[in-house]
Amino acid sequence: MDTDSLPIRVRGLAKRYGDLTAVRDLDLDVRAGEIFALLGPNGAGKTTTTEILEGFRERDGGEVSVLGQDPQRAGRAWRSRIGIVLQSSNDYAELSVGELVGHFARYYPRPRDVDEVIGAVGLEPKRNTRVRALSGGQRRRLDVGLGIVGSPELLFLDEPTMGFDPQARRSFWELIRQLRDEGTTILLTTHYLDEAEQLAGRVGVIVGGRLVEVNTPAQLGGRQQQRARVVWRDGEELTAAPTNTVAHLSQQYGGEVPDLQVLRPTLEDIYLGMIGAGDE
Amino acid sequence: MNDTLPSALSIGLARTGIELKEFFRLRETVVFTFSFPLILLFVFGSVFDTDLAPGVSFTQYFAAGMIASGIVLSSFQTLAIGIAVERDDGTLKRLRGTPMPPVAYFLGKIGLVLATSLVQTAVLLAVGAALFGLELPTDPLLWLRFAWIFVLGAGAGTVMGIAYSSLARSSKSAAAVVSPVVIVLQFVSGVFFVFTDLPGWMQAVGSVFPLRWLAQGMRSVFLPADFAGAEVSGSWQLGPTALILTAWLVIGSVLALRTFRWQRPGSR
Repeated sequence: MDTDSLPIRVRGLAKRYGDLTAVRDLDLDVRAGEIFALLGPNGAGKTTTTEILEGFRERDGGEVSVLGQDPQRAGRAWRSRIGIVLQSSNDYAELSVGELVGHFARYYPRPRDVDEVIGAVGLEPKRNTRVRALSGGQRRRLDVGLGIVGSPELLFLDEPTMGFDPQARRSFWELIRQLRDEGTTILLTTHYLDEAEQLAGRVGVIVGGRLVEVNTPAQLGGRQQQRARVVWRDGEELTAAPTNTVAHLSQQYGGEVPDLQVLRPTLEDIYLGMIGAGDE
Repeated sequence: MNDTLPSALSIGLARTGIELKEFFRLRETVVFTFSFPLILLFVFGSVFDTDLAPGVSFTQYFAAGMIASGIVLSSFQTLAIGIAVERDDGTLKRLRGTPMPPVAYFLGKIGLVLATSLVQTAVLLAVGAALFGLELPTDPLLWLRFAWIFVLGAGAGTVMGIAYSSLARSSKSAAAVVSPVVIVLQFVSGVFFVFTDLPGWMQAVGSVFPLRWLAQGMRSVFLPADFAGAEVSGSWQLGPTALILTAWLVIGSVLALRTFRWQRPGSR
């Protein structure tokens, strides 16, 4: 792949705060049209990395290209091509949803239709509601609406579903997939492993300021090679060929195997192993 | 990409609209902002029910000071506190992530200050004239003088407010960091007391800051011309007033540009 056309290309990124090394020698490629999830414990360097990519912070070393430009030097035209959804804030309490989305649309050269944006984030019934009267989940949807109103090519999402109820998360994921299907490249940071698994084509794990692995959620940490655990009422077995085991058991029980489960390590198991928290 | 970005001016106007909506929807803020100078005018006018000179009531003297104070409140105080709050609650960081040019943000603040200080002054003059016997000048030249003093004062207050907002480390401390400055300035600038009654050293301190000149400038508009003889220097000192207010405008602009931050201090 021609790496010059990558929406995000990072080589040898370094950032220090005083004596503390937040990020070192970090390489990252994000491809056009994918959802890339950045995982890592608090303080691992996720936020520092994304804020450097967003142009909020200056780096100490390395090369960074976002939509073909250096975020440290990029101007308004570049900003109009990216969308940023920061962690929750509580600004603009006195304005209505419609007013706020309409106002932010004016910052961009080719904004999306305001009604369409409000519809896409599911806030039509709240169009005339003041922001302070929104629930946490609605507030977050509005944040995303403000992030996408400029029809960005690249969208940064920082822990977008923090504090959502399960139903709200499902419909939020639907919205994010829809954006991807429309061609938006998305860089997602999250603490929810199921969210990364549901949404991301690839995930990257940051530990101690370094990107330790990039892979699909299914293959991260050699997940597919790990043996499956077959559990049933009368026993359990670790095996590389669980289908065999199940067929065998089925014969043994003459059909249904009581309380049958085939378990593979979850993304969370793999992740916790990678960041060295698996033994807790 | 050939898309033309919206001009800073058009976004600045849109920002002014948003700022005004936010301001006027906080009804309690509106009521207190606009009634406070009136209440003070009433209280001081009732306490000091004397004439300072033939035809010059204390109310008349005090009204000029209240107009000057109102300008400082709705420019310096509003922005110093308001921007500190916006830095704390994420408004500024969110804006920084959009293609909004920074100058549009400042245009919005200038629009807010102009609109609110004009309304505040108009209410003060109208109610003062109707209820407290305040006499308004009829000479258009005096209104012209009023206009330039008003604009210079509001401009200096605006840029100083933007600069000063960086001193508050959080929205919680903003009011505590800003309000005492404004109150002390009112005491040493001849707003609450007649300036010439202040001790010399206090006059000297007050003369460093814009409010003293703003207040004297307003007296030159609302008091009879011969009252100039009762001022410290025996004249209205319009030249020095223009010079000192402009100096604060320039210094404030430099400080505002140098010190402005989009994120609260200590955030990483």
